[in-house]
Amino acid sequence: MMTTVTVGLGSCGIAAGANKTYEKIKALKEQENLPFELQKTSCIGMCYREPLVEITDDTGTYIYGDVTADRAVEVIEKHINQHDPIRDYIVYTDLFEAAENDFIQAQVKIVLRNCGYMDPESIADYEERNGYTAMKTIVMNKLSREEVIKTILDSGLRGRGGGGFPTGMKWKFANTNKSEQKYVICNADEGDPGAFMDRSVLEGDPHSILEGMIIAAYAIEATGGVIYCRAEYPLAIKRLNIALRQAHEKGYLGKDIFGIKGWDFDIYIKEGAGAFVCGEETALIASIEGERGMPRKRPPFPAASGLWKKPTNINNVETYANVPWIILNGAAAYAKYGTEKSKGTKVFALAGKIKRSGLVEVPMGMTIKDVIFKLGGGIKNNKRFKAVQLGGPSGGCIPEYLSDTIVDYDSVNATGAIMGSGGMVVMDETTCMVDVAKFFLDFTRKESCGKCTFCRMGTMRMLEILERITNGKGREGDIEKLEELAYQIKDNSLCGLGQTAPNPVLTTIRYFRDEYEAHIGHKKCPAKVCRPLLTYTVDEEKCTGCMVCLKNCPAKAITGERKKPHLINQDLCTKCGVCFTKCKFDSIILT
Amino acid sequence: MRISRLNQKKTEIIADDTDLRLIEPLIEKNKAKKGNLIPLLQGAQDLYGYIPKVVFEKISAECGIPLSDMFGVATFYSQFRLHPVGKHIIKVCHGTACHVQNAKEISEALEESLRIKDGETTEDRFYTLESVACLGCCSLAPVMMVADQTYGKLTGNEAVKIIKNIKLADNN
Repeated sequence: MMTTVTVGLGSCGIAAGANKTYEKIKALKEQENLPFELQKTSCIGMCYREPLVEITDDTGTYIYGDVTADRAVEVIEKHINQHDPIRDYIVYTDLFEAAENDFIQAQVKIVLRNCGYMDPESIADYEERNGYTAMKTIVMNKLSREEVIKTILDSGLRGRGGGGFPTGMKWKFANTNKSEQKYVICNADEGDPGAFMDRSVLEGDPHSILEGMIIAAYAIEATGGVIYCRAEYPLAIKRLNIALRQAHEKGYLGKDIFGIKGWDFDIYIKEGAGAFVCGEETALIASIEGERGMPRKRPPFPAASGLWKKPTNINNVETYANVPWIILNGAAAYAKYGTEKSKGTKVFALAGKIKRSGLVEVPMGMTIKDVIFKLGGGIKNNKRFKAVQLGGPSGGCIPEYLSDTIVDYDSVNATGAIMGSGGMVVMDETTCMVDVAKFFLDFTRKESCGKCTFCRMGTMRMLEILERITNGKGREGDIEKLEELAYQIKDNSLCGLGQTAPNPVLTTIRYFRDEYEAHIGHKKCPAKVCRPLLTYTVDEEKCTGCMVCLKNCPAKAITGERKKPHLINQDLCTKCGVCFTKCKFDSIILT
Repeated sequence: MRISRLNQKKTEIIADDTDLRLIEPLIEKNKAKKGNLIPLLQGAQDLYGYIPKVVFEKISAECGIPLSDMFGVATFYSQFRLHPVGKHIIKVCHGTACHVQNAKEISEALEESLRIKDGETTEDRFYTLESVACLGCCSLAPVMMVADQTYGKLTGNEAVKIIKNIKLADNN
């Protein structure tokens, strides 16, 4: 068999330099006429070891990690030319215990079944891996729309965008409402900062989304489909366009698709324009209609009156990606994973202070501790695990002492956080929880559409209080004021953005009240993040007297001579932090 | 830009004469279709780098969309720029993962090196510096994107080096 060399070219691979790696390998192959086939694939989820290169030959499959262009030369020379795999560089293989074997083996890949295992720009690769077989099976076995809906209902699949609403029920409602025109929409806006699960699927397996949408369209009798994809994902949009063209060529989209006479169905892409609120389904619909993305009152729900006032089914990327697998393997096979009320698997984006940051897909029901320590490898630089942010700006921070919490919709809700779309940002002892709350509130305030007074004004007032607190001007009563505002905003907002914007503040007050009290009462930031609350002093033993900090201090607060320890005048110091950044000898102490 | 504070100083740049012929094919293609305002504005921005006032007026006249509606949509979405920008836009990611990995340091280093503040354009109109919400490369935090190329695992110094190299390469 022909040896294949495959380079991972998802967005994180490219950001790590994979394009250079690919070009280098290509050049080597051409110059020396080397006997292997060079291929491209997308993200396999092991983002922390990118760029990744997979070599498959007669002896087996090996995945090499951290393959910069220079390392690629070494790998090709030894593995291809000398048939001598470099064990130290191999991160995953079936043939022996490699460094990251357990990262892959602990996962159950349903949504990510094809990502990193095929060329995302090849429909032939997709079909070889059972692509479009689900839809063809529906047609061949003449499954009725109701039977398809029942399969999805029985599988227990719940909306993976964060709402957790049973997908089968959504489809049933849209199916029941009769109309000449109906739509299916894929919400590919993925606005949560820290979440990139959908990006991986869109870049790595775009046909799975098309197939999921076609099956949904069959179930509800839709006549048109839209993928609303955020503009910040140019590679995803490019791959989707290629997939759409290929699907047309095969008769999977267009007129009389899959041989079903009279059923015309097509999908087009609508690019987002940079508004987090457009991830909310009614705001998304408004945006497709060319308006400001402002949410609408529900009822009527989109299933009854959605895009252009027609019955519409909106699902998240991850939700659609599950559908072909469920149809092919059956509802019971899916329901075998997960917990009683949260069936199946979930993709999580591990980021922050974690050793192995990337994408993992695991059955619902693992504990937070196991996800972070067993799969994620624990905290970077062996610092102390402090909290994990789940659910993005709508979610909350779960503290270390609750890390036995099971990750499923209901257990996470009980902590005050939400599972959300799957972003998990890990924080350690160097993260200030008040600063985190301020960060999220700043985000949701900017993204508020402005329709509801409490969301529009309330988030601004909460932010002002948090800014005062992190600037050392916190007052007695601030915490209570924050809580009062939070509950009012939650109760009086039309859409999910306003209803959940106060969550990060509420959960950080609930679990890290002592940090708020330190900021307000003692004017101290225990994590040493909030600069106005820090005292900068020179460590006289470490200071070499190089005068760099002195020359850069904008307030001229540092005095000293060459080769003698310097001194910071606390009365003049504006706590800007420049000396700390510039010092090469670690001589500025923060307290 | 929904309700953010409008206190960012925009660098005064005298806009060149805008060639309105460029936008004509796009208008032709889109004017009959309903709901195509946003793709129209996106197309205009791709052509001119931002949306000039005269382009707003032309689209409004030819497609029959009130200027106030257009302005309402253009100012709602953060993607749309109503002022000219530099040749390259530096987007520094300030998503959650990048924030906890000290994205502030990247922005500050770039602000210092380019001598502009976030949202502004350099005097030679080569770079515009922007903060964005999330680029989706969270495992490589902190991240920035320049001209569709993403750079990860940055320090302040590395970010400055990258933009200096891009400018050097462009001059050659």
